[in-house]
Amino acid sequence: MIGEGRIVVVGASLAGLRAAETLREQGFAGSLTLVGEEPHPPYDRPPLSKQVLLGRVRAQDVALPSRSAVDARWKLGVRAGGVDPIEKRVILADGEQLAYDRLLIATGTRARPWPNADEARLDGVLTLRTNDDAARLAERLDAGPRRVLVIGAGFIGSEIASACRELGLDVTVAERGPSPLVGALGGTLGTFAGKLQRAHGVDLRCGVTVTALKGRNGRLTGAEFSDGGRIDADVAVVALGAVRNTEWLDGSGLAAGPRGVACDAGCRAFDMYGIVTDDVFVAGDVARFPHPLFEYQMLSLEHWGNAVAQAEVAAHNMISPGPRRRPHLTVPAFWSSQFGLNIKSVGVPTFSDQVVIAQGSLREGRFVAVYGYRGRVTAAVSVNRAKWLEHYQYLIETAAPFPPAPGAADRPGSFDPVPSDVPSPQLLSHGPTVALTGHLPDRHLTLVRHELSPTAAHCR
Amino acid sequence: MQIVVDLNRCQSYAQCVFLAPQVFELHGEEALMFRPSVPDDQHERVRRAEAACPVQAILVGEPAGLGAS
Repeated sequence: MIGEGRIVVVGASLAGLRAAETLREQGFAGSLTLVGEEPHPPYDRPPLSKQVLLGRVRAQDVALPSRSAVDARWKLGVRAGGVDPIEKRVILADGEQLAYDRLLIATGTRARPWPNADEARLDGVLTLRTNDDAARLAERLDAGPRRVLVIGAGFIGSEIASACRELGLDVTVAERGPSPLVGALGGTLGTFAGKLQRAHGVDLRCGVTVTALKGRNGRLTGAEFSDGGRIDADVAVVALGAVRNTEWLDGSGLAAGPRGVACDAGCRAFDMYGIVTDDVFVAGDVARFPHPLFEYQMLSLEHWGNAVAQAEVAAHNMISPGPRRRPHLTVPAFWSSQFGLNIKSVGVPTFSDQVVIAQGSLREGRFVAVYGYRGRVTAAVSVNRAKWLEHYQYLIETAAPFPPAPGAADRPGSFDPVPSDVPSPQLLSHGPTVALTGHLPDRHLTLVRHELSPTAAHCR
Repeated sequence: MQIVVDLNRCQSYAQCVFLAPQVFELHGEEALMFRPSVPDDQHERVRRAEAACPVQAILVGEPAGLGAS
């Protein structure tokens, strides 16, 4: 199948859109259908936790520009309910069945809801993932609540807290882990982020969980914490990370589950037996794929840039014969802006055992932190030093030794690597935006004691 | 006209901020913020910013899925 046939793309956000454009750009002339659960055409999510909350951009004004005209049928506001891989059909919630020769799964993630359903229904308890979510939250913030509670200090939670402070609102951030951002960036930057939040007036409470959201007459009034503390709050934003939208694939026989849909380096989905399919492809936040720079760990990346790059590779491979298929080898990268700082990352900071401040200093708030694993560079994070990052990307791509040679520009006071202190995601409120979904034998090995079976006893 | 900036690629040269300050601004020292939906009277300025960006991080186009049902 090169230029004709039927392609169905399930998921009409960034990855689905860029895949559709790539298919047409590369000469696919068959029928193309995009299915999206949200009623809106594709839009850009990063501004939702920044410009939109600050009131500078309306939530409905964040549509993505198209890169090229896409001749396609759009089924928006309809969720996919299942897939029949034998008959090669996607079954939609409205009963329609879409036959395909090639299927792209790009259903992304959704916000993890507050686990207590009654508390989650209280007026004032919100999540932030869609532009409708952002419109609701922006309206609440604009109304001047007395205090906002943010539950979870990952990137989304921290960016919301930043917007609140910039709007002059009192905000409490509750995080079960030892510091903000620690799940994505490790201990050194987590400590930095914690000081940053407090310096900007955030009531940051780490090492605690929210044990109850309190309400009166259906409206949120406050919260209680595991350390016995309590606060009054009119708004609570649940920022507990993301859930991958894979439930619709239950029973499909694909390797789909809470960690995403497993695929090979060419974006082809695996089935539940680990056999690669040849007609089902995966891209974006919902994919988990092996990356050679990170010891072929299966990575799930909730990154804007990965959605674009992986969609392009998936689309190319969907309409290319075997030898012309390409691997998805892009170095992971993301950014965040919060409390006036520009934070950018390349590589996988959680794939590390040590970290060193290679340029600048934490005290100045301008630096590059470089991460290493077993003596090679695996990631770098810049704070207000974006121009320096490209150099470190090159070091990651070439598996350069860690610690890196000191930069010529300026020597920091101390150039001693320290442990990177990446905690287990189980200890955090916020989900990791990069999940290493394979295993690192030396780091996660757990001794399990079994009763000795007769065979084992015999071997001994 | 809609825009999106690839902020992985952006290195805060801020040429866009000088050329179209109503659409692009630096938030703090180097975090770029932009208005995805470009007002009519800013189209020409945004085109110039797109061309001037040293790392070609600005994508200008019509809203995706225009006419989608």
